[in-house]
Amino acid sequence: MTSTLTPVRKRSALTKGQLPKAAPYIVLAVALVLGAAILALIGFNAFGWAIVSAILFAAGLVGWSLVVEGARKAKDKLATCLVVGAFLAALLPLFSVIWTVLVNGLPGLLDPGFLTTSMNGVTGAFDNKTVEEGAPLLGGIYHALMGTLLITVLATIISVPVGLLTAIYLVEYGEDRALARAITFFVDVMTGIPSIVAGLFAAAAFFAVVGPGTKTGAVAAVALSVLMIPVVVRSSEEMLKIVPNELREAAYALGVRKWRTILKVVLPTAISGIASGITLAIARVIGETAPILVTAGFATTINTNVFSGWMASLPTFIYTQILNPTSPSNPDPSSQRAWGAALVLIILVMLLNLGARLIARMFAPKTGR
Amino acid sequence: MSKRIDVKDLNVYYSKFLAVEDVNINIEAKSVTAFIGPSGCGKSTFLRTLNRMHEVIPGARVEGEVLLDGDNLYGPGVDPVTVRSQIGMVFQRPNPFPTMSIRDNVLAGVKLNNTKISKGEADVLVERSLQGANLWNEVKDRLGKPGSGLSGGQQQRLCIARAIAVEPQVILMDEPCSALDPISTLAIEDLINELKDQYTVVIVTHNMQQAARVSDKTAFFNIAGTGKPGKLIEFGDTPTIFSNPTEKATEDYVSGRFG
Amino acid sequence: MTTTSLTKSRGAGHVGDKVFSAATLAAGCLILVVLFGVALFLVIQAFPALVASPDKIQGGEGFFTYIWPLVIGTLIASVIALVIATPIAIGVALFISHFAPRKLASGLGYVIDLLAAIPSVVYGAWGVAFLAHEISPAYNWLANNMGWLPIFQGPASATGKTILTAGIVLAVMVLPIITSLSREIFLQTPKLHEEAALALGATRWEMIRMTVLPFGRPGIISAVMLGLGRALGETMAVALVLSSGALTASLIQSGNQTIAAEIALNFPEASGLKVSTLIAAGLVLFVITLGVNMIARGIITRHKEFSGAN
Repeated sequence: MTSTLTPVRKRSALTKGQLPKAAPYIVLAVALVLGAAILALIGFNAFGWAIVSAILFAAGLVGWSLVVEGARKAKDKLATCLVVGAFLAALLPLFSVIWTVLVNGLPGLLDPGFLTTSMNGVTGAFDNKTVEEGAPLLGGIYHALMGTLLITVLATIISVPVGLLTAIYLVEYGEDRALARAITFFVDVMTGIPSIVAGLFAAAAFFAVVGPGTKTGAVAAVALSVLMIPVVVRSSEEMLKIVPNELREAAYALGVRKWRTILKVVLPTAISGIASGITLAIARVIGETAPILVTAGFATTINTNVFSGWMASLPTFIYTQILNPTSPSNPDPSSQRAWGAALVLIILVMLLNLGARLIARMFAPKTGR
Repeated sequence: MSKRIDVKDLNVYYSKFLAVEDVNINIEAKSVTAFIGPSGCGKSTFLRTLNRMHEVIPGARVEGEVLLDGDNLYGPGVDPVTVRSQIGMVFQRPNPFPTMSIRDNVLAGVKLNNTKISKGEADVLVERSLQGANLWNEVKDRLGKPGSGLSGGQQQRLCIARAIAVEPQVILMDEPCSALDPISTLAIEDLINELKDQYTVVIVTHNMQQAARVSDKTAFFNIAGTGKPGKLIEFGDTPTIFSNPTEKATEDYVSGRFG
Repeated sequence: MTTTSLTKSRGAGHVGDKVFSAATLAAGCLILVVLFGVALFLVIQAFPALVASPDKIQGGEGFFTYIWPLVIGTLIASVIALVIATPIAIGVALFISHFAPRKLASGLGYVIDLLAAIPSVVYGAWGVAFLAHEISPAYNWLANNMGWLPIFQGPASATGKTILTAGIVLAVMVLPIITSLSREIFLQTPKLHEEAALALGATRWEMIRMTVLPFGRPGIISAVMLGLGRALGETMAVALVLSSGALTASLIQSGNQTIAAEIALNFPEASGLKVSTLIAAGLVLFVITLGVNMIARGIITRHKEFSGAN
């Protein structure tokens, strides 16, 4: 026990054995310089520099901490580095996706006539001309946009009443009956159906009932409904459940009938959540490709009748333009159209998501004085 | 515009569990009757059976008769909805409809049932009901604002206005002041005193002073132990119950020796 | 006393009650009927493929021989996706729930939800147009330096359209899903527990080790299972990215195929027995994902019972 008490203390005992505040910045600067030096030896590229610097930074900070602060603090620093690293690593591909779509999609989207023309009569010959002679790019996504909107609207018309009424049954009438429990269970099962299987189901059902090879917009809408109904049921159920029982009791105590209580008190109270849930469900199915692929076929022309003939949609348009370019020898015009369509599709989905937020805020019960 | 209630041999069950046993009580028209007793003794449960609100709780059922001026609430063919439009209820926590304005909240009982009512009639009804609930002067300038923007005490009076707007025979109140501050409580107690000129009022309360202040008659409920059913121990004029009860348990309770 | 004031019902309302409750009941039953229909129609349409003589099925050796490589391919792609996505997703979820500044956290949560909403075909397009091209040098390096491992056996695909690329694209797709579910769970960790750990002098990481992770473990498992369900059933990303072929062990050569992509690529032009075969393949996929989802739900339900949360 040698006494180490020193009469003059420059730093508080509580901050003893800690890294200085600027430590991370110092380590970062050193790591960046070292990283650049290492990369200069084996050929410089920005991506490699970022990765090497990040590893050096983590190793340096954790090592320094281990020496000065001890194992527990060092472990904490290591965990922080890993968590932040995971976050940055996750952002990389996700922003890459959005960046790729923006860069590749904008030229297609800004092309005159892209939103207002279809692919009717656009053949490989035109695309070859575009590439070889600089002729304007022909063809657009009007038919696919119409198809997507019509199919989605029809799916919504089918799903919302069924889903909402089921949710009302489960919350207001179910009372833990065997039937209610069965429905809850099978709605769970439905949420797990892979989208392509939903498409196969709709196709199989229509093949069996209408005739083999029946492919129309309506079949696609049924397939999307199979995917959409469980989402609507789930979200509406959650929203109805959080309506306070006191409100129902207040209405009953006034001598109001149950169905009127539900329609006039419960639903208006929950409407913001229900509406935003439905909007998110639409956002989910509007980008589904696989079920439409097996139910509506492909079309290059405008078809606004969902009950007859093949129908195009944005996702299948993207898929076919990439996989089977209109002109196999010059796939660039096709890929430009595909990216344009992808951008439009993403914008649609984002708008629906934002819309869901706005709806939730707009319809929310007013509490202001 | 008020009726008496007579309860004969009433048992209340939650599924198989007997919650309240063998209640017999006669509640006079145009009077205030208070139910007091320790927590869990079944007084709120019993109150709910007086307008069949207990049916909202899954598994709850009753045996026996509740007569509203001689008509059995539990007779064959009686619609609980009709019962509730004649016997209104005010709850423990104020519960105005959050999606409706103050005015629409008052009219809720009328409008929700889709009864046609002209704007003039509605205006008269809103004013009369809010006057009746001593709330008119505080809210007359903001009838279009949401009811959830009012203070707790104002919300509770709004709920009372909403209950009297459907012109019931009886008003049941389930601890209407337990969520309110003392000043709001006083306002509600004053209101109860005025209400008994027109309505039969039954109030459940935890607060014995409140029971003593507002009621003409008091019923004391008690429970022998957990798992045992609640029972009506004693029922009589309020002054008698508080100063000279017949039962030992009642005396212990009102003198604060237990509960 | 036959007609009392209480039995005078106000006519129309009563009918409304009955009609409305019947309508909700019918909607609920419709879902059951539809689901029964899904199973029934799929089985009916798939039946011919299951009983057909083996030489009529593609490949000439019966349905089992046809479906087996596809099942394995599906599992390979999904496992790659989970191995990559799970640790990163948990890291991101922890970052949002316990590391990022409050103001940033809710915004980040929203961004993650938005990313989960991007259609899979867009991820597929990104995979084939950007990732496959960028990543092929890395495959060459793997083949040259790690080639002694069967999974990195060369020669590496020049286009980068391999099952590993498909798995990475799937990882990017399921990442937001696992993150979003795990974040919800982490945020539900009782504040009392966290404060108890911190009051004992725990560092942030020790607090997370002591409270957040044990509390969230069942939630993480079920989030991963749901991500697995999504990866198993994902069609477009694989169909676009993978240059399919026979089952191979190497992840960096072209080859392998998943059930969903096989259906998507062949169904539009299929006819006759081929349709039945593909529908039977869909049925197999359905059964696999159903099993995975059931296990996930089971874990969630059991967790609910133990956590005491209502």
